[in-house]
Amino acid sequence: MLHIQNLHASIDDKEILKGIDLNVKAGEVHAIMGPNGAGKSTMANIIAGKEEYEITQGNITLEGEDISELAPEERAHKGVFLSFQYPVEIPGVTVTNFIKTAINETRKAKGLEDMPAKDMLKMIREKAALLEMDRKFLSRSLNQGFSGGEKKRNEIFQMAMLEPKLAILDETDSGLDIDALRIVANGVNKLKSKNNAVIVITHYQRLLDYIKPDFVHVLYDGKIVKSGDASLALELEEKGYDWIKKELA
Amino acid sequence: MKYTEDDLEKELENQEYKYGFYTDIESETFAKGLNEDVVRAISKKKNEPEWMTEWRLEAFRVWKTMEEPDWANVHYAKPKFQDIAYYSAPKKKPKLNSLDEVDPELLDTFKRLGISLDEQKRLANVAVDIVMDSVSVATTFKKTLGEKGIIFMPISEAIQEHPELVKKYLGTVVPIKDNFYAALNSAVFSDGSFCYIPKGVKCPMELSTYFRINEGGTGQFERTLLVADKGSYVSYLEGCTAPERDENQLHAAVVEIIVMDDAEVKYSTVQNWYPGNKEGKGGVYNFVTKRAICETNAKVSWTQVETGSAVTWKYPSCILKGNYSVGEFYSIAVTNNHQQADTGTKMIHLGKNTKSTIISKGISAGKSQNSYRGLVQINKRATNSRNFSQCDSLLMGNECGAHTFPYIEAKNTSAHIEHEATTSKIGEDQLFYCNQRGIDTEKAIALIVNGFSKEVLNKLPMEFAVEAQKLLEISLEGSVG
Ligand SMILES: Nc1ncnc2c1ncn2[C@@H]1O[C@H](COP(=O)(O)OP(=O)(O)OP(=O)(O)O)[C@@H](O)[C@H]1O
Ligand SMILES: [Mg+2]
Repeated sequence: MLHIQNLHASIDDKEILKGIDLNVKAGEVHAIMGPNGAGKSTMANIIAGKEEYEITQGNITLEGEDISELAPEERAHKGVFLSFQYPVEIPGVTVTNFIKTAINETRKAKGLEDMPAKDMLKMIREKAALLEMDRKFLSRSLNQGFSGGEKKRNEIFQMAMLEPKLAILDETDSGLDIDALRIVANGVNKLKSKNNAVIVITHYQRLLDYIKPDFVHVLYDGKIVKSGDASLALELEEKGYDWIKKELA
Repeated sequence: MKYTEDDLEKELENQEYKYGFYTDIESETFAKGLNEDVVRAISKKKNEPEWMTEWRLEAFRVWKTMEEPDWANVHYAKPKFQDIAYYSAPKKKPKLNSLDEVDPELLDTFKRLGISLDEQKRLANVAVDIVMDSVSVATTFKKTLGEKGIIFMPISEAIQEHPELVKKYLGTVVPIKDNFYAALNSAVFSDGSFCYIPKGVKCPMELSTYFRINEGGTGQFERTLLVADKGSYVSYLEGCTAPERDENQLHAAVVEIIVMDDAEVKYSTVQNWYPGNKEGKGGVYNFVTKRAICETNAKVSWTQVETGSAVTWKYPSCILKGNYSVGEFYSIAVTNNHQQADTGTKMIHLGKNTKSTIISKGISAGKSQNSYRGLVQINKRATNSRNFSQCDSLLMGNECGAHTFPYIEAKNTSAHIEHEATTSKIGEDQLFYCNQRGIDTEKAIALIVNGFSKEVLNKLPMEFAVEAQKLLEISLEGSVG
């Protein structure tokens, strides 16, 4: 589904990604771990099309199509979803209005009519229930005054509504309490199918206890320096990153 | 492509005025210039009674002694008052009962403006009194209103048919001497609307007037007089747009509202006059005096969405004379390119337990300047009075300006006054977040702007809110490539 080849990217002439290779097939879950500042969020943002980074080498393809020149909304229309590490606030725009706009803009891009209000409402109710969301959040301004955990749950609610092909979850677990973590992770699992794929960026094994990764990658200093199966995450949890740094040295 | 605020600004510059056209209905226009003879001629043209002519002449004499104010935060070439034609009327001056009788070209104009009358009539249940180039050419729904005893007609007709009412109230809220533009308006106003809601009557429909300026070089001096008798209610809508012209068009309107005991008036405006081209050339000068006086337990709400005009000078005000009276001001002002707006309100608390609310949302883009100027005055007698003011500014780009000038005068120690102000910018992160969800930047800006303006948009009547929302989008359209 997603192929990243020798991806180099920089900002203000500072190279942040230094040659990333990653292949994600439909039906797979990939976990990306790595120390602070390694470039995990940068990679996620670049896949999603954030324009402030300059891709200096390499390419990104989604289902065989090079998407590296596409605008972020076009990538979204093709099924790329990013759950942000730090979701932004949009005052005065309710969660419902926002997601409605997102869905209808995506439909418009595909030449479809707006989703009938009735269907939209039904879907909103279903997905809010899936994530055990208090429905009064839906009429609040997007992320405004939301607690850290509420923001993250709202990200996954949007993912549930948009049903993306490729979902990238950037530290969705941080900020979630123990119960919320379980609810959100179960939500993600329910949305998983053999036709979509998930990239989970996390620092902790606890999320991976719920969302079982097929592959675990360690991103360090702009490169994927180690890949393995689910056991790699356990090993990192136990030993930290020092042994990898030593291996590299 | 990287999208920056610089790009945004560049795009905004290229925004074209949507409704840039004008019709060539034959007009009869007075020669340019203003003197007592011109004032008399206007009055004669309208077949006015003696007292009206005298009233105009007095206003003209007062005006001559006054100077154009320059305290507002706007800069423009002062209109050459002797270079303006003070009267212009369509030559085919029809008195119409139905749309079939309206000049087809005029109807076409309305259609292009998206304010097709028949649609309005059918769908919106709105009585429309169109003011086209200073003379009303169609009045609808008169009958329904008539049954309730509601008077809604061009002010020129009201002067003929209800002289006692007009004489009693005209100039009582905005006196001739009030200010330079009000004096000018009093001398030369060509038309406008008159509305009277009898005691205890709730007006069953939104009353609306569409204003347009159509004749290049003629000033438009509208006069609106609205009287809500005891215990009555009315919601009044006013909206306008104008054809593109290459010379400045002066507009100096006066709106007077009298709200008697226990009555309530909602006055909503959507203003979209030609703002000038991207170099700041042309565009309408809009100097408006709007004021309401509230008796005991009366309430007035001003709601306005201002997107047009090159220069706007406008402060809908409330005189809270009666005890327990309430004044509200909800405003969205959008400025783009070289537009300048100095707008706000005055809340004058005279009665006890009076209450006022001010919500002002300023959106500035391009090289525009957007100022909020508000006065909250609590007088000695106004025990237990309250005001809440909130002024929010949203900036797009780095060359525009947002300014807030709140003046507070409290002469009674029991006054309770709260003022909040915020300034924000549309952030790259907000745009990227929206983009990531499939919403392109143009739509994202519209979404963010609508969210920012929501508290005010919510105050508009339903069908107007939709129109206003579209207008905000249009005003900021073309803001991305
Ligand atoms: N817009 C930017 N401008 C300047 N530096 C940036 C920018 N974005 C990222 N960086 C730098 O790139 C490096 C990688 O940042 P990134 O956010 O991708 O790290 P991360 O792996 O997600 O870290 P964390 O685990 O703390 O979330 C950091 O040194 C960061 O400061
Ligand atoms: Mg990160």
